Amino acid sequence: MITLQSKLCRILIWVWFTLYAIGILYPLLWLIMNGFKTNREFFLNTWSLPKQWMWENYTGAWDVGIGQYFFNSIFVTTVSVLIILLLGSMAAYGLSRFRFAGADLLLLIILSGLMLAPQASLISLYQILQSIGLYNTYWALIIPYVAFQLPFAIFLMRAYFLSIPRELEESALMDGCSTWRVYWHIVLPMGKPILASAALLTGMSIWNEFMFAMVFVEDTDLRTIPVGLMNLRSQLNTNFGMQMAGLAIAALPMVVAFVLLQKKFVRGLSAGSVKG
Amino acid sequence: MLKTYQNGRSALPFILPALLLILMFVFLPMILNIYYSLFRWSAFSVEKVFVGWEYYARLFQDPVFYTALKNNSLYALISILFQVGGGLVIAAILEDRLFRKWQPLFRTIFFIPSVISIAVVGLLWQLLYNPDIGLVNGVIKAIGQTEWAHAWLGDSKTAIYAVIAVSQWQFTGYMTMLFLIAMHKIPSELYEASMIDGANRIQTFFAITIPQIKDMILVGTIITVIGAFKVFDEVYVMTFGGPGRSTEVLGTMVYRAAFRNDEMGYATTIATVIFVITFTLSVLQMKLSKSGREV
Repeated sequence: MITLQSKLCRILIWVWFTLYAIGILYPLLWLIMNGFKTNREFFLNTWSLPKQWMWENYTGAWDVGIGQYFFNSIFVTTVSVLIILLLGSMAAYGLSRFRFAGADLLLLIILSGLMLAPQASLISLYQILQSIGLYNTYWALIIPYVAFQLPFAIFLMRAYFLSIPRELEESALMDGCSTWRVYWHIVLPMGKPILASAALLTGMSIWNEFMFAMVFVEDTDLRTIPVGLMNLRSQLNTNFGMQMAGLAIAALPMVVAFVLLQKKFVRGLSAGSVKG
Repeated sequence: MLKTYQNGRSALPFILPALLLILMFVFLPMILNIYYSLFRWSAFSVEKVFVGWEYYARLFQDPVFYTALKNNSLYALISILFQVGGGLVIAAILEDRLFRKWQPLFRTIFFIPSVISIAVVGLLWQLLYNPDIGLVNGVIKAIGQTEWAHAWLGDSKTAIYAVIAVSQWQFTGYMTMLFLIAMHKIPSELYEASMIDGANRIQTFFAITIPQIKDMILVGTIITVIGAFKVFDEVYVMTFGGPGRSTEVLGTMVYRAAFRNDEMGYATTIATVIFVITFTLSVLQMKLSKSGREV
């Protein structure tokens, strides 16, 4: 009796997990598949595979804007992440090694940055960016992204640096090595794993960011993918195939990056446990 | 401790650049926001007229504010149920030795939606919910329940639930992953001991798994609630607060007041309310995760 019950239970769980997995994967496949259809075919049958694979939808979506948005996203994300890694690791080194009056206060101030919702600064940031002349430039995105992601990056890296043994650094310092050289030649190379995790997690948040990207930039030419897709929707409001092709192009890079680099993602999550 | 490391002056150059950026572009705007909420002003004029608490008085009489608060709270409640509750159960099953073999496959699939932009997911679901061409009604018709077919986002009764459902689709796998990470740290002797004692799986779940990861459950709950009060992208993309104002949340209220109605003072007032709610919850989270680290 007990075995029958537990068998039934196991089957139910399998059914549940399989349905859940289909519920995740099928909408994504539906998106990719319908991205290959003409409007007519899409209206006739949402389920079927396309009769004719319309690669034109994908190249067309790329040409009407996704290409440019893609470049903008890559540029903004790469520059932001590089600055975050540099300034974040410097601060994390400073805060994990040096002991001085006020160190705890500095750490507290930086980490409280984790607690502030971007909505609460949206309008004043918009004002500030306008008054310093950065509104509607790449920097209008890069600077706020860096500032908002730094607390998280510092939090991750500091915890990791604290766990690195210090013997090597101490002997280097006693030999007269400067702190800058210790940071650059010893701490950074040893911190590579956490730098990779921090880069992935902050990069993912920045790549996906929507609200700042919509408000701080006005020109279509400067739009990042999430906002650019909104433009595309109004521009192509009847061409569903091309719209879906655009969405598929936008979703794919992050999914591929996650599947390939899962371990680094998970390490970052396990060190941070913070939702983006 | 080396002398070099006790010198605050040599630490500052490392810390200062990051600190200044955070102070100028995170803290300063946050403080300015509160200050701005005491003025009537427009994006296009330099002049700001001091009005004191007037906008706060107005906000607490604005029926849309209560709709938004209700919607944000619904978001929080439903997300606790699905993301925290559901995520916990799924993680526990995936950690069970019968399913552990399949864990990498399922946790990868379940996590995938949370790496896609919320805006992209919102646009995708807007298509999926489309009454004529969308997959949602397609599935309903395919299983023969044609009368359930519905313009999910177009009906003010169902729109907010349709929007909230998307978040569950997107983020339940994220919570599952966090719980799996926490469960990996539970010593396996505890499970072996409880099996020798004759406990069944459900008893073990309540007697060992939950107490062992209770800090993560608390932190996860608070992260979820904070997230529910920061909601913006998906609502903006799928409904922009409509139909009527039925799906309005605090985030879209800020955007509408500022960039549609050009009432910057009112917008900053709503933003201040978001700040107070999320900040309070975050302080709570910081306290709890710190107590977790000491255990």
